[in-house]
Amino acid sequence: MSTIVKGLYYAESHEWVKVEGEFGFVGITDYAQHALGNVVYVDLPEVDDDVTQGDEFGAVESVKAASDLISPVSGTVVEVNEKLNDKPQLINEDAFGNWIMKVKLSDPRELKALMDSEAYEAICE
Amino acid sequence: MEETLETKKTCLHAKHLALGAKMMPFGGFDMPIEYSSIIEEHNAVRQAAGIFDVSHMGEVLVTGRDSEKYVNHIFTNDITNAPIGKIYYGIMLYPEGGAVDDLLVYKVGAKEFFLVINASNIDKDFAWMVENTKGFEVKVENLSEVYGEVAIQGPKAVDAIEEELGLKVNELAFYTFKEIKVAGETIIVSRTGYTGEDGFEIYGSHAYINKVWDTLINSKKVLPCGLGCRDTLRFEVALPLYGHELDWNISPLEAGLGSFVKLDKEEFIGKEAMVLQKAEGVKRKVVGLELTERAVARNGYEVEADGKVIGTVTTGYLSISTGKSICMALIDSAYSALGTPVSIRIRKKLFAATVVKKRFYEKNYKK
Repeated sequence: MSTIVKGLYYAESHEWVKVEGEFGFVGITDYAQHALGNVVYVDLPEVDDDVTQGDEFGAVESVKAASDLISPVSGTVVEVNEKLNDKPQLINEDAFGNWIMKVKLSDPRELKALMDSEAYEAICE
Repeated sequence: MEETLETKKTCLHAKHLALGAKMMPFGGFDMPIEYSSIIEEHNAVRQAAGIFDVSHMGEVLVTGRDSEKYVNHIFTNDITNAPIGKIYYGIMLYPEGGAVDDLLVYKVGAKEFFLVINASNIDKDFAWMVENTKGFEVKVENLSEVYGEVAIQGPKAVDAIEEELGLKVNELAFYTFKEIKVAGETIIVSRTGYTGEDGFEIYGSHAYINKVWDTLINSKKVLPCGLGCRDTLRFEVALPLYGHELDWNISPLEAGLGSFVKLDKEEFIGKEAMVLQKAEGVKRKVVGLELTERAVARNGYEVEADGKVIGTVTTGYLSISTGKSICMALIDSAYSALGTPVSIRIRKKLFAATVVKKRFYEKNYKK
């Protein structure tokens, strides 16, 4: 059983966004990490990269496959979670506690296109 | 991975569901990929013991006056005057030199051979075998649906089998087998596997294989292992997988399996093509590559050197046993010398890699 956290925005491609002021922290959901299995590598974006809602910004590699990361928001990457370079398994241990990138949002109105926790829970069933 | 319209189930299918395995189609069967996690299962086989359902594999029995001559005709290895109880690895070739399949041949009797083939190739292989019986007095029977099969692999496999199943197997040398009468049937136990560790494969009725599975799982001495770690284990010791390192379009010489192609044998299908390829030298080769970064090179990714594509990755992983990002790749032979620098395109970026020995991990077989 996978967990879902309330108060976050969710994308159909199984990323979450936590909004704090003008910034969004982006990670993948517990459902996604469970489907992937053991995560062995996270291909992080670089600081100052521009990301676009719906476009790929990196990848998560499990033992058996690579999955593209799709950005749920548009903006500029201001920070990446460097801890994932040495410990990619943190995604398996706590998918909601380990964000992948921090984005300065260029268009907060885009968040309306995302789901709340209830709607996301429904698509995971 | 191949999907067929109707996905088949092995005789252990219900056990996998009961254990909560993650299931996926493989070779036309709905198979367990992992139960706990690929890493945990992989390490169990390297350090202790694991059990795999390999009932999807195909079994073909060849009998009759000309059976030895016939098997030698369709198989690259030489089974002439083989002792009963011995097993041979080899390849069935098309006349042009590509592989129909790779397989094991068990010599069961003077005129009786048991052939073990890949699940995804059962129909194709059997048709090929039947087609090539012309001129031989042999009977070829597809027993794939009769037999169940489990592989018990790892340094503690021998003890688990002797203690829990009561079968005397430690006397078996690597690549030999014996038939054992048990519970009213004759089973086959061989010291073989696909993991690079010591281990055994057991062939028997669906009922017997279910009993073996339950007994070993309940003993807690072996961990149920899925096809996910079967692939990471065989990859680390450079065992080929049909459809990746060997294929209808990849010859055994290109795959580095020349020692299983006996060119001094009187004849076999594909011999002329192999003789010619050996004389001319292969233009492509399966090599090992080690990446400097942790990104993973997957099947089909392009390998580049001198600004051009020189081949593709056949299998790649972040090796669970060594922690390195490594892959096997089929590349232009001009770049196959150890130490040659190449690059691999992973998503949009090029990653540096070096040609290394493709046996990434040392095998631990009992000789």
